[in-house]
Amino acid sequence: MRADPADFELIAPGELQAVVALLADEPGKWLPIAGGTDVMVQYSAGKLSARKLVSIANLTELVAIDVLPDEIRIGAGCTYSSLRSHNVIAAEFSLLASAARWTGGIANQNRGTLGGNIVNASPAADSLPALLAYEAELILISVRGERRVPYLGFHTDYKKMQLAPDELIRAVCLRRECSSYLHYARKVGARNAQAISKVCVAAVGRLGVNQLLVEDIRIALGSVAPVPIRLTEVERLVKGKPIDAELLRLVRSAVASAIQPIDDIRSTARYRAAVAGNLVVEFLEQLRNSGKTA
Amino acid sequence: MTDSSSNGGRCDISFVVNGAQKTVRVFPMERLLDVLRQQLGLTGAKEGCGEGECGSCSVLMDGMLVNSCLIPALQAANADLTTIEGVADDPRSRALQTAFLKCGGAQCGICTPGMILASCHLLNKNHEPTLDDIREGLSGNLCRCTGYMQIFNSVAEAALLRKTS
Repeated sequence: MRADPADFELIAPGELQAVVALLADEPGKWLPIAGGTDVMVQYSAGKLSARKLVSIANLTELVAIDVLPDEIRIGAGCTYSSLRSHNVIAAEFSLLASAARWTGGIANQNRGTLGGNIVNASPAADSLPALLAYEAELILISVRGERRVPYLGFHTDYKKMQLAPDELIRAVCLRRECSSYLHYARKVGARNAQAISKVCVAAVGRLGVNQLLVEDIRIALGSVAPVPIRLTEVERLVKGKPIDAELLRLVRSAVASAIQPIDDIRSTARYRAAVAGNLVVEFLEQLRNSGKTA
Repeated sequence: MTDSSSNGGRCDISFVVNGAQKTVRVFPMERLLDVLRQQLGLTGAKEGCGEGECGSCSVLMDGMLVNSCLIPALQAANADLTTIEGVADDPRSRALQTAFLKCGGAQCGICTPGMILASCHLLNKNHEPTLDDIREGLSGNLCRCTGYMQIFNSVAEAALLRKTS
């Protein structure tokens, strides 16, 4: 049953402070809407429970990308298109640029936002493994002020997150510390565009000075658990070790025990588990080979 | 700030459509697609999926390709909109029309307005697109006649025509 627009309220206060004041006045009553690429889909399908919406599209406070000496702060209202076309993101945070490139098609990239991808909280959200790999922090804003929290742990369970009813995500902060790392991003889906991932991976890693042992590594996966996950056990397993056949065998089994894939319309648990293992191994092989050519 | 003293009722919003200033009375959550088709009689934008997957309802909003089925009318306030009807009269898009005709880019026609607008958006940014650029630029537009190669060839031909004209 299609929604009747007469049943919904939508206002556009035009400034961030006015939006958070509204959220504080009636916590949980107002649903922020930015580009609408998720909210309007639910609305049209008659599945939107909120009746009051507040537009946060194009709020100047939310669309800036601030490049600081040690970190980059990406406004939560930045679209995938603006992420794709940003020089520093392309050069230093290629995992995020890749995720932006393979989310939806061009029209959805022109409207969908990074903050929206976080609060929509899909286990298959393409940008979230990148945020895990870069150890992103979120700046949350409310009338009570701002707080800064690690993205890791922000999503606690399927569609559940540590965001108070009066809070809004203001920005995503990425430390500029991965320039010397190998960046690996891969999405496996039915189609590049307009197809939700069956499995997606974002990972960074670096070999030590001897170019043999893994010095640092962060691996994140999407679509294999109720929330995007960091493979901390796998990371612990490979850190300080040379990447050889025996290690890769252990890695496959560690990946299998770290994930909880399901059967759904897009794929099967069995396929997802096999692909997740293959992708992590492919990343580690690339990391090993990067040492040979260095 | 928009003139949205609506309180759940209708409000007046203004925008430019194909170069002409328009004011419409809408519910703020009405889809831009419905406003264009029902109030303004601009039926070139089609409803395919109604969920941003197919691109049949593509329009340009402030020069950006968007799916009009996903835009609440209020968010289009003060925007500069171009629909396929506006493209039809634009001399810059003559090359696209010629190329789509020549290469068989239009088949049943349902996806064609969206394909043309996505092509406009691509060619405005990229004067010499590769086949990969074209595939990506049109990746959000689905054709159920599945004549994608003719469509890609049409866009490549249009880029050539634009260069030589």
